Amino acid sequence: MTTLPAKTEKKLGLVIDLDTCVGCHACVISCKGWNTENYGAPLSDQNAYGADNSGTFLNRVHSYEVQPAGDAAAQLIHFPKSCLHCEDAPCVTVCPTGASYKRVEDGIVLVNEYNCIGCGLCAWACPYGARELDQAEGVMKKCTLCVDRIYNENLPEEDRQPACVRTCPAGARHFGDLGDENSDVSKLVAERGGMDLMPEQGTKPVNKYLPPRPKDEMPEFDVLAPFLEPVAEEPKGFLGWLDKTLEKL
Amino acid sequence: MHPAPSVIFFTTFSGLGFGLLFFLGLGYPSVTGWTAFAFFVIAYLMAVGGLMASTFHLGRPERALKAFTQWRSSWLSREAWCAVGALVLMGLYGLGLVFFDARWTALGLLGALLSMATVFTTSMIYTQLKTIPRWNMKLTPLKFLSLSLAGGALLAGQVSVALVLLVIAGLVQLYTWVEGDKALKASGTDMATATGLGGIGAVRAFEPPHTGTNYLLKEFVHVIGRKHSQKLRIIALGLMTVAPVTLLALPFSHVLGVLAIISHITGVLTARWLFFAEAEHVVGLYYGKR
Repeated sequence: MTTLPAKTEKKLGLVIDLDTCVGCHACVISCKGWNTENYGAPLSDQNAYGADNSGTFLNRVHSYEVQPAGDAAAQLIHFPKSCLHCEDAPCVTVCPTGASYKRVEDGIVLVNEYNCIGCGLCAWACPYGARELDQAEGVMKKCTLCVDRIYNENLPEEDRQPACVRTCPAGARHFGDLGDENSDVSKLVAERGGMDLMPEQGTKPVNKYLPPRPKDEMPEFDVLAPFLEPVAEEPKGFLGWLDKTLEKL
Repeated sequence: MHPAPSVIFFTTFSGLGFGLLFFLGLGYPSVTGWTAFAFFVIAYLMAVGGLMASTFHLGRPERALKAFTQWRSSWLSREAWCAVGALVLMGLYGLGLVFFDARWTALGLLGALLSMATVFTTSMIYTQLKTIPRWNMKLTPLKFLSLSLAGGALLAGQVSVALVLLVIAGLVQLYTWVEGDKALKASGTDMATATGLGGIGAVRAFEPPHTGTNYLLKEFVHVIGRKHSQKLRIIALGLMTVAPVTLLALPFSHVLGVLAIISHITGVLTARWLFFAEAEHVVGLYYGKR
């Protein structure tokens, strides 16, 4: 069914800390690795070793330069982006075959690849670019929130979280139930002012982004600087002679 | 958006085909026998040919029948039902006209209604997308319907009606361009809201996630054709409205009629190419593009 559930029991999702992310792309690689070897069709690459290479990824890291007003230094912010498992997921309702659905028990948005005709309309409906049509398989691929890890009792307990979260060396990715206001992720969102991407699109994303913390203001000079001897502006001695000689040439 | 030839052909020709079926269903022209057969063959070639073309952009066309299941929520699914419904009813109606010299009026009216419903559902597939502000407005279905009716009247040889409808379709198209040019800005979505970083300062895309291209950029960020959009708009409007109206206003001859049809179809194809090529998907903002 491609109608959305009125309410989900849990809202499993990610909290991504833009202050902490170092842009190493480890989450991109672990995501591609896990999701190529496990649930559903593998994430194919086209012309991987050629000049014009491309491939399917469920998680991609952008980098943005943000220039604050005035003469404050620009900030470089690394920005991982994957499916936000929206409450009002427009990708689900447009699906003509029922392949796309949102789970009632945990709110994860999934694609049943055996029902997908590869029309691409769900990718058109997603404002975040979270869905990619696999060029080898002809079906739509998207983040599953590692549904085959988080409930997998064959894995050690510490591995029962999405591959991207498990691998992040900076601790910039957090996984949990955002529907439970007492969960660690919900507390983190409340504490750090977690935000939605493109709130005006009305998708009500479950995943939240923690904005970069304000940067410290560094005073430009030491407070004692005005009392110091001024630095000689005219070179003297040998350098002064060299300067004059070179000028004459 | 990537202007895929399969989707351009599909929307253009199915629009024309169902437009012609609409007029045939109403009994204009009031034909029977082999003349009716010729009209129905043209309408079905366009409508069915268009629908066939649309399956070429599917990743898994062999599963296309599954698209009939989600009519409760999906406009694409509703389109599939309307199209099949219109084609079956109009097929039976045509059967009566061609072989039994009988006009089953109620069946024709119902078929005509479903033909327009098909065009409407097609237009809603594009209109519903908030991610593409240029399409996400009431003018989009109005444009598809007015063009389908104008093209249908032209193909049905209803000269006086076609003259009026062609002018209306041209004006709607013109207004769509004017409003469409403001749509992305009016949507309020920009790099600041996309990244949530606008509160800090001006956001600039510094580095894309990958050195090569990807599905998202190929499908959603098409900027090549926009350079000539003003010229192409003039060409499209000239071919789809101005030229056919001029030709139809001259004393009627079949040669001029055929020329008007060819000109109109070429114009609609150009406008439809622009419809896709000019459409900005908000995902482009993540790449600092539009």
